[in-house]
Amino acid sequence: MKMVMAIIKPFKLDEVRQALDEAGIEGMTVSEVKGYGRQKGHKEVYRGAEYEVSFVPKLKIEAVVPTESVAKVIEAISTAGKTGQIGDGKIFVTPVEQSVRIRTGETDADAL
Amino acid sequence: MKTVWRNLALFAVAAAGAAAIMDPAFAEEAAKAAVKAPDLVVNKADDGWMMTSSLLVLLMTVPGLALFYGGMVRTKNMLSMLTQVLMIQCIVCVLWFVYGYSLAFTEGSGFTSPFVGGFSRLFMQGIDPKAPAATFSVGVGLDELVYVCFQMTFAAITTALAIGGFAERMKFSAVVLFAILWLTIVYIPIAHSVWFNPGPNDLAVANDAATARSGYGFQMGALDFAGGTVVHINAGIAGMVGALLLGRRIGFGKEAMPPHSLTLTMVGASLLWVGWFGFNAGSALEANASAVLAMANTFVATAAAGVSWLLVEWLFKGKPSLLGLASGVVAGLVAVTPASGYAGPMGALVLGAVAGVVCFFMVTAVKSALGYDDTLDVFGVHAIGGFLGAIGTGIVANPLYGGAGITDYAKCVVKDGIVTSDCPIAAYDMWGQVFIQFKNAMITVCWSAIGSLIVYLIVAAIVGLRVSAETEREGLDIAEHGERAYNM
Repeated sequence: MKMVMAIIKPFKLDEVRQALDEAGIEGMTVSEVKGYGRQKGHKEVYRGAEYEVSFVPKLKIEAVVPTESVAKVIEAISTAGKTGQIGDGKIFVTPVEQSVRIRTGETDADAL
Repeated sequence: MKTVWRNLALFAVAAAGAAAIMDPAFAEEAAKAAVKAPDLVVNKADDGWMMTSSLLVLLMTVPGLALFYGGMVRTKNMLSMLTQVLMIQCIVCVLWFVYGYSLAFTEGSGFTSPFVGGFSRLFMQGIDPKAPAATFSVGVGLDELVYVCFQMTFAAITTALAIGGFAERMKFSAVVLFAILWLTIVYIPIAHSVWFNPGPNDLAVANDAATARSGYGFQMGALDFAGGTVVHINAGIAGMVGALLLGRRIGFGKEAMPPHSLTLTMVGASLLWVGWFGFNAGSALEANASAVLAMANTFVATAAAGVSWLLVEWLFKGKPSLLGLASGVVAGLVAVTPASGYAGPMGALVLGAVAGVVCFFMVTAVKSALGYDDTLDVFGVHAIGGFLGAIGTGIVANPLYGGAGITDYAKCVVKDGIVTSDCPIAAYDMWGQVFIQFKNAMITVCWSAIGSLIVYLIVAAIVGLRVSAETEREGLDIAEHGERAYNM
């Protein structure tokens, strides 16, 4: 099992969710996050007072998937989440040791 | 020798008498002494318009100004702004009916009479529907209580405007005490000086004597239709003195302090614009051509200032912002205030356009260069816009530039021994008037600066001015009021 964590542009959420659905992924967790990478922040000016906003709003998607699906999932997110502009986000993959579905007590692949 | 002196003296008296008889001006004065003023008649349309105007000015303060200011502070201080503005409206209203109106708008006595009125309307005593208040026309009256209400709303918004200078860091108890003292020591004398006069009836019958009973600024001939000096310079300077005395907010210039809701600021600015028609057109005190002119000017100057601020901002800062546009609108309203009943629409347009540009540079370039923390730019917009408007009024009032000029009550047409409301426009000395405008504006600057300083020092001695650093960091809403603006 692998955990795929993707940081994407907020307005791309629906497209990414649909692409993951089509790739057979059954569930995910989404959170609103702020941060910066190469895009850096942007500048806001209020009556001449300039503020650097270094943390840009993004969405973080987390999905635990069977190891064999990882390539498919990465492909789906990269295609659906892409605008070609700086700030499209990143995908990270980490191993997951265990999973349990609380209601039934199923474990690992059965719990995904 | 004695007889020689006596003969000489007799000769002099006789000569003076002969000269007086031959001098047409003297003859006119003598004739005037016999003429009478008509009774003041209350017109239902005027009463109706002034009741409406009073409510429009109330709308400017709550919720207009409260939202305009509230939107510009941070989320944690939103309620403090709303509470302070609403509380000031309430305090000033009570004080105005108890003693404020009497001290500002009745005739004083002795050497203080050019700046303070008397006690004849203390606790609203002596208000008689059969003895109406004066307007700007001979023979036209207004039920005095509506004039009391109308002027109350002015006193309230002026006091509320000033708190923009020290927003996000003053104790609530200090704001309350400030409102009481500032109204009494600073607002009332300036309002009396610039606006109090015995009315057109008295001015038409015995001009010099009536003028001598007026406020200092009025005697000088200063023009301030709706409060460029009384309201905007006054509040702007008071706010600035407060900002300097309290010092900058913690983190000013280092932390980001963006407005928490420009949506509310836009709503507030728009309510200010709507309410300002009561402020400016209402200041005609009658539903007549002067009010209509003030209305037209309040449209065109405001729009021109919004456009000019936005354009220079776009040009110099790269982006046309909503806050810039809203600030331009307010700067235009401020600048046209003293000129609203005197300028022609094109004069008002130019005045507004200039105000948008000047105020833009004040709040962007000058403010950051000097480094003071006037939180909501009450100095940059109200003091500077008001000053520009006060001086500009001297120019745009010129009939040569389409202005309405100044009514000469001393030369009103007399019919059957009774003065009529048909009064001519006086010959206009533009640069002389500009100088008078400048003098009146400078008196207001000095009075407000010194008076406000005294007020702050008294407040500091009694309750202290500034909240603790901990309270400031946490936000005044939770720390001072025990509430949060948004529970989401």
